[in-house]
Amino acid sequence: MYALKYDEDTCLKCRTQDCLAKCQYIDIDKESAKKEILKIAHGEDSSVLHDCVTCYACEEYCSFNNHPFYLIVEKQEELDIPPLPRPIIKRGIKTGIPFRGEPTIEKINGRALLMGAFADLMHLIQGKLFEGLPVISTDPRKMFHYFCQLMYLHYARNSVIKERLPKIIKTIAEHEVTEVVCFHDECYGTYTSYCPAIGMEVPFTPVHFFEYLYNRLLELKKEIKPVKLKVAYQRPCSSRLSPDKHRFVQAIFDLIGAQTVEREYVDENALCCGGTMEGQRREGSRKRTADLRRKNIEDMKNAGAEVCVFNCPACYNTLGQMLVQSGIRPVFMSDLCRVAIGEKPEGWR
Amino acid sequence: MDSVYEALVEIVGPEHVSSQPEELFIYSWDLGTTEPHRPDYAVAPRTAEEIRKIVQLANKEKIPVVPLGGGLSLAGLAVPFKGGILLDLKRMDDIIEVNERARYALVECGVSQGKLTAYLERHHPHLTHSEPGAPPAATIAGNVVIHGQGDLAHPYGFNSDMINGLEVVTPTGEICQFGSCAIGAGWFTLHPLPDVGLFLGWTGTTGIITKVSLRLFPCKKIRGMAQFVVDDEDLVPEVFYKITHTQMVEDIMATSQAIPPFSSELHHFTINIAADSEKELEFKLEIVFDDTLGEYIHKGDGGYLGFIRGLERPQLSKTSDWRKGGGFEYVGSIMPIEQYPECYRRGKEISERHDIPYTVLARCIGTAHAMMFSWTYAFNRADPKTIEHAREALHETDDLALELGGTIWKPGLYGQRLVMEKLNPNTLELMRKIKQLLDPNGIMNPGNWEAQ
Ligand SMILES: Cc1cc2nc3c(=O)[nH]c(=O)nc-3n(C[C@H](O)[C@H](O)[C@H](O)COP(=O)(O)OP(=O)(O)OC[C@H]3O[C@@H](n4cnc5c(N)ncnc54)[C@H](O)[C@@H]3O)c2cc1C
Ligand code: SF4
Ligand code: SF4
Repeated sequence: MYALKYDEDTCLKCRTQDCLAKCQYIDIDKESAKKEILKIAHGEDSSVLHDCVTCYACEEYCSFNNHPFYLIVEKQEELDIPPLPRPIIKRGIKTGIPFRGEPTIEKINGRALLMGAFADLMHLIQGKLFEGLPVISTDPRKMFHYFCQLMYLHYARNSVIKERLPKIIKTIAEHEVTEVVCFHDECYGTYTSYCPAIGMEVPFTPVHFFEYLYNRLLELKKEIKPVKLKVAYQRPCSSRLSPDKHRFVQAIFDLIGAQTVEREYVDENALCCGGTMEGQRREGSRKRTADLRRKNIEDMKNAGAEVCVFNCPACYNTLGQMLVQSGIRPVFMSDLCRVAIGEKPEGWR
Repeated sequence: MDSVYEALVEIVGPEHVSSQPEELFIYSWDLGTTEPHRPDYAVAPRTAEEIRKIVQLANKEKIPVVPLGGGLSLAGLAVPFKGGILLDLKRMDDIIEVNERARYALVECGVSQGKLTAYLERHHPHLTHSEPGAPPAATIAGNVVIHGQGDLAHPYGFNSDMINGLEVVTPTGEICQFGSCAIGAGWFTLHPLPDVGLFLGWTGTTGIITKVSLRLFPCKKIRGMAQFVVDDEDLVPEVFYKITHTQMVEDIMATSQAIPPFSSELHHFTINIAADSEKELEFKLEIVFDDTLGEYIHKGDGGYLGFIRGLERPQLSKTSDWRKGGGFEYVGSIMPIEQYPECYRRGKEISERHDIPYTVLARCIGTAHAMMFSWTYAFNRADPKTIEHAREALHETDDLALELGGTIWKPGLYGQRLVMEKLNPNTLELMRKIKQLLDPNGIMNPGNWEAQ
């Protein structure tokens, strides 16, 4: 019923093969890249299907919006080349099953903030920045009713996303929301990139969390005191699905007086947190991920970062402890913004 | 005022004795499905000498004495089935000595797991003990009495194998010591004196332990937990075997439970790893997850879920809120690890029959010498029907543990009967004689281990 909008002709005409040529995890030249992407499009086995670490980045690298990553994932599923071991896939798929009754649906008739599967992080949306903004998915026991499901791209399980997502969208829509500020990049990517790519309708307008924060900070501009911290940003995989919103990271930093450090692994060249990579079937995954994390944090440290700013709670979980050990403070963007307007987020010293 | 009450007041002082129904009420229950029984007196002694006097009084009056630690053993083991004196040992909670170099702690019987953990963390960060997954109020003595196991069970065995010395008040009121302490030396070893292993596993029916010298072990700077998951229960025994072969890890447990959904029909290993440096940690992770379990990962049969730094101690299994009403009880067994698949399948079947979300757990004891396998059944405390279901499931599981070639760990009365029916008759007779010799009036925790 839902079909991926992928156009082979676009790839045939493409001169860059940026999707794979820019991939940080697969070493491949332009010529082979073309061959491989076409093999994938034809449903043939390709080394890429085995070596892809599911970092999402090729969705951004392809300037023709031809969805190379969604294509890879579809073919991984079709050809039964799962990136992760079977038990992790089963575990992941079961994780999203709601199991503690139905959520309470409150009609909103306007804009709302959607916590998705992070209802246990309500402490991150406190204070003036969020005043007057109704919130959806506030009960950790019921939050999987709002889980965007896009995580299953890492599991090569498009089928699960397609099967469950309509129900999720319906549940959100039942709140009668017009605009939905997505707490997590992944929800935003789901509704603005994945859904259109497969022809699934979204009956509300998604708003990127950072765009919301930026605009709210503008409203509170008078209260901003420069935080004067040297910051690095950990870009999450799902932000590759909304590269047009990535600019708000810098815009916010400029607004709140945070100084972005000069790094090698930044923006398009950002490194994955490794959350999904370390468990992958590909030989050496654990060790490769440990090295990747070290490289990432070393880069922040060498650049003089005092703080590493996060959008994604999963990245925060995977890198947080290592950062602290390296003397860099992990902090969520919303908390940093709160500090800028003189508030004291939970645990802030 | 009755004379026993007065005599007890004489021994421990009025504030440490009660015969008030509201206070006796709380001593009549444990957390599990056992029917409550009210004691006649609750007494909280402070010294072994006071205990000695209480026991002498009980012998004179021929009334039961039931020792109580944290009261968290769940199987009704400290429920005063025949009334009498409930001996609440929590006031005896001095940590008498920690010997850093010989690595042991000498504690009074009321010292809780939580207290020892906190004390060691603060004063002896290089030392740790094998902490069970019980709530922190569980006592060291109550745990060794029932052959408990903690988070160092894989490298070092049962907690009752970690005893360097004991002080015991016998049922007839003598204070005895066992181990090097008995000859006036330090509390550093239980061996090589003649073996008088009469107090462990007897659930307080052969005496009251008043002091325990417990072995401590190196506590490394980095301690954390890795997770590994398989979806085929038949793989679990060989994974245990392979991990234990590396001798690189501390605790190893496998769990499976119906709730939350992500754990259902999957088997999650939690593997505690400790290291003094990043180099040591990486080396261990490499040996365990790349070299030893890598083949499962590559084939897609097993998944590495990462290593989390920092141990949450105790590592409690969370099941009590699967049901409204917050009750649960489990059957524990000591079982050959190769029986994991059958234990899991049959346990799940029992749970489903009784409409209880299944929860099973296996902890490796020694170098895969055995496992403690437990089946937990949740119930609603306010709903007698669900309690009855859980009780039936527990009894069926006691039968199952024996049928599968295991032994029941800390059995309640029903399980004790099953074990005694199976016991070698000469052994049973010897147990009966020992009990008769030590406790001629049968005052100690009556109902338990009563060989006919
Ligand atoms: C959630 C949960 C998890 C658990 N996990 C574990 C685990 O991982 N490992 C484990 O081993 N156990 C576990 N347990 C079981 C139990 O709680 C512990 O073994 C605990 O250490 C028992 O100690 P206690 O002080 O509560 O004993 P109690 O229940 O007070 O007593 C146990 C028995 O010993 C007798 N007794 C108590 N003190 C003395 C004494 N000084 N002298 C003689 N007899 C005495 C009592 O009469 C009773 O028969 C768990 C329990 C719960 C509720
Ligand atoms: S997916 Fe995009 S970048 Fe890759 S070959 Fe096709 S058009 Fe080019
Ligand atoms: S998702 Fe990442 S690893 Fe996979 S092909 Fe695209 S860029 Fe490479």
